[in-house]
Amino acid sequence: MAEEVVLLDFWPSMFGMRARLALAEKGIQYEYKEEDLVGGKSQLLLKMNPVQKKIPVLIHNGIPVSESLIIVQYIDEAWSERYQLLPSDPYQRAQARFWADFIDKKVWTSGHQVRSSKGAEQEAAKVEFMDSLKLLEGELGDKPYFGGQNFGFLDIAFIPFYGWFHTYETFGNFSIEASCPKLIAWAKRCMERESVKTLPQQHEIYDFVLHVNKMFGLD
Amino acid sequence: MAKSDVKLLGVWASPYVNRVQIALNVKSVDYEFVEERFLPKSELLLSFNPVHKKVPVFFYGDKTICESLVIAQYIDEEWTNGPSILPSDPCDRAVARFWAAYLDEKLFPAVRELLLAQEEEAKAVLIEKIVEGLALLEAAFVECSKGKAYFGGDSIGYLDIAFGSLLGWLKVVEIMADVKLLNEAKIPGLAEWAVRFSLNDVVKDVLPEPEKLIEYFKIFQARVEAAAKS
Repeated sequence: MAEEVVLLDFWPSMFGMRARLALAEKGIQYEYKEEDLVGGKSQLLLKMNPVQKKIPVLIHNGIPVSESLIIVQYIDEAWSERYQLLPSDPYQRAQARFWADFIDKKVWTSGHQVRSSKGAEQEAAKVEFMDSLKLLEGELGDKPYFGGQNFGFLDIAFIPFYGWFHTYETFGNFSIEASCPKLIAWAKRCMERESVKTLPQQHEIYDFVLHVNKMFGLD
Repeated sequence: MAKSDVKLLGVWASPYVNRVQIALNVKSVDYEFVEERFLPKSELLLSFNPVHKKVPVFFYGDKTICESLVIAQYIDEEWTNGPSILPSDPCDRAVARFWAAYLDEKLFPAVRELLLAQEEEAKAVLIEKIVEGLALLEAAFVECSKGKAYFGGDSIGYLDIAFGSLLGWLKVVEIMADVKLLNEAKIPGLAEWAVRFSLNDVVKDVLPEPEKLIEYFKIFQARVEAAAKS
């Protein structure tokens, strides 16, 4: 039976990017369906993810999978014969899952605050954001990738945030490279991969955020 | 493997800690339970979970793992001799993970907030949220169990553990807010599953009695208030 793979996504979403990267690393052919989240959610999205109503949603032979990290693990397990995304060792897998969860709980939340708040709230968010990035830099250590020698699950979980760095830095008026040079070096290493090259550029994300802010009178 | 090689830092009243205990029981793994006192947090907790400073913290030899669902998956993958905790099919695994994430993001926080809520209006909103969540989980139970006893099928699995660990505290908020949440009429599948789960051998010595949890809650709140004043 021919595999039918569809990805419901929104181009600037770092969560959507994770699914795109996993599919690309596994060499999986799929149909990309853009959800214009600014305009409103499609019937297909509401049907495929009625609980959270969010992208990304991977639809594999008609069956939906939601939540970006769950999607990446699903892709790894459903196409297990191809390039391995999670490490084989249970302890290393646990560490990868722990830090991916940390990214969602701390990095995403504080990053969002940095670009959408002002004053004392923004300052506090900047501190939390940079502290979180420093912890991740510590976890990377001297390894070429979070996955060790190989680009893997945790690299996929985090590299989409790189496209948003310029936005965070401009809104928050700070430099990520100044505090976390190893993370920037890691990001540039990842950018050499074919899969990562297809992700949106930093200026595209920034322009998008400016556009949305203008549209909703948030600037 | 010697019991002292496997350690769990936690509190008996925490549903997140209970998850790990149940997972270890499923695999028949002996472990040493180290009780965390809190207020202040112990050196052990702060040094081995510096990122979140929360229990449970799981130790196996020189390895340390935090976050209850990460630990449960680790236990499943490390001890491959015992029964499986996660389903084998990638689709079923994704569904189990989805609902476990939903529980952590939506249901557990709503129950915690209800426990602490003072005003009637706030309580009513939270009860509504919890009832809606339980209705979704009832449908998930029908889908996952496929007519069998547990979310995991014939035996307790990942989603049973993720959700079942909350049953003690669910009973506590039922008592304290005077509301029936595990309503047999509205969510018959879950109501039956809850009884079955609580009586299961790997669960029954772990899940605390609601009365003990209420007592714990009152003592803990008093300690929190005393610490805030000092």
